[in-house]
Amino acid sequence: MERNISTREAYGRALEEFGGDSSIYVIDSDLKSCTMTKYFADKYPERFFNVGIAESNMVGIGAGMAACGATSLVHTFAIFAAGRVYDQVRNDVAYPGLNVKVVGSHAGLTVGEDGATHQALEDISLMRTIPGMTVVVPSDANETRLAVKAILEKKGPCYLRTGRPAVESVTDTFDGYKFELGKGVQLTDGNDVTIIACGLMVQRALNAQKILEKEGISARVIDMHTIKPIDRDIILKAAKETGAIVTAEEHNVIGGLGSAVSEVIASEYPVPVERIGVNDVFGHSGHPDELLEKFGLTAENIAEKAKKIIERK
Amino acid sequence: MNKDKKKELSLWADKIRKTALETIKNAGSGHIGGSMSIAEMLSVLYFDEMDVTVTDPEREDRDRLVLSKGHCSPALYSALALKGFFPLEHLKTFRKIDSDLSGHVEIHVPGVDMSTGSLGQGLSVALGMALYSKTQKYDNYVYAILGDGEIQEGQIWEAAMCAGFYKVDNLIGFVDNNKLQLDGTLEEVMSPYPIDRKFEAFGWNVIKVDGNDVAQVGDAVELAKEQKGRPTMIVAETVKGKGVSVFEGQVRFHGGQPTEEEWQTAFREIDQRIAGLEG
Repeated sequence: MERNISTREAYGRALEEFGGDSSIYVIDSDLKSCTMTKYFADKYPERFFNVGIAESNMVGIGAGMAACGATSLVHTFAIFAAGRVYDQVRNDVAYPGLNVKVVGSHAGLTVGEDGATHQALEDISLMRTIPGMTVVVPSDANETRLAVKAILEKKGPCYLRTGRPAVESVTDTFDGYKFELGKGVQLTDGNDVTIIACGLMVQRALNAQKILEKEGISARVIDMHTIKPIDRDIILKAAKETGAIVTAEEHNVIGGLGSAVSEVIASEYPVPVERIGVNDVFGHSGHPDELLEKFGLTAENIAEKAKKIIERK
Repeated sequence: MNKDKKKELSLWADKIRKTALETIKNAGSGHIGGSMSIAEMLSVLYFDEMDVTVTDPEREDRDRLVLSKGHCSPALYSALALKGFFPLEHLKTFRKIDSDLSGHVEIHVPGVDMSTGSLGQGLSVALGMALYSKTQKYDNYVYAILGDGEIQEGQIWEAAMCAGFYKVDNLIGFVDNNKLQLDGTLEEVMSPYPIDRKFEAFGWNVIKVDGNDVAQVGDAVELAKEQKGRPTMIVAETVKGKGVSVFEGQVRFHGGQPTEEEWQTAFREIDQRIAGLEG
């Protein structure tokens, strides 16, 4: 597989690769060329349903199929997957505990020029608060592929978040990288500070680690692809061994990865935590890179925050 | 439908009513009006038409029902208990702490096919079940019972459009047109009429019946099963609170509770009818 592609493209390819089981049903809402379910649709047309621009109906159909024994996957942009159909996801999928995977693409600021109405900055928070949901935010093509395999194997409700722009594949460059739902991956060792990131902020966290290294600061980088259930052990180990944590996510600082990490830290082993994300404002139109810069989602900002937090230890 | 069958199913309808009212009275709360209006539909489905197995409630190719108007759980739970999915005694735990019989319908209760409660969503779920069943080549039917007020929800029409588009002929719906909702009559609050022409416009076969007449309901289901290439919506003209003089057509019995005197009237009237049908 091509390496430096978007996580939505990697998702579509993985769904095609792992979609052979006759119990897998894919439903899309007029976005198959965006969510990339088109590959599955071409290969398995008998198990693909396009329901038009009707996300509520789509979730209900997915729930009905799952109630009969299907593994169903429903697709729209993250903003609609978590927001518009929150009630359907909560009541028709999660409450009955059905095996439906809600896949939200084009998450975060990097939708870009389409602007704030399409920039999901609350989806991790909304999905994380529903009992029984697994929430997965892969960082690159390799991780997305492994995540798709894992969520198809694990029965139960799940939210998977993918992004629009092409991203550098990094996880496949680490020896011993292993994907397991609910387990963060330590990508670099470090003793001075820990950076915990998800999605495309993982690449930025790794770049921040290089910046810090040049300044003599040893930063541990953790790729936290599963936001729920959160990997308590890796967080507490990092807190004990490095004494300070910076989180980084393409999401509101309220309710997402930063909150999930802070909850563990506050209850079990308090150390300073700095959350990098969008500071409780709506997004904006612009080029994805400009937006990440404007909202401070950069390697430079992570490195800056890391240096400051070390002083608070 | 022949006379004996009609008598038998009318009796089950009144037994469902009586059991549902006992269940609500014991709980101290619950939705009477809409539970009474669907008693004939549940009687026809569970005691004649539906292919379900009490000893194997999870059988994959069974017929399924989504009670989209999930607040009418007392009627469904009563029908399932009378059918034998769980002991009648268990209904005494309805709405109580630690019971699986919550206020709204719960999938984990034996015999229940889907949790419902948030209105407007059950037709989509039933459609998903029907699409899955068709593609898996099951020879079964999926039923959905919708409230008439419930079809004010937009998602119903997303599902209606989609079921017509995919020609899902193993899907059979009912609209329980009892003409009342929480705040008043449908005409006062928000008219969804004409219901029949709306579903027809989305490609459905529509049959209008007296929904409190088991023979008409049963005959409509038989016709619906023969329909090829189109889903069927049975628009059931019903009376909210049907079967008890003091409940019929009363908005306050959507979710409100009767006085002790009204309870006595209710059980007296139903018991008399049951005795007549059994005699």
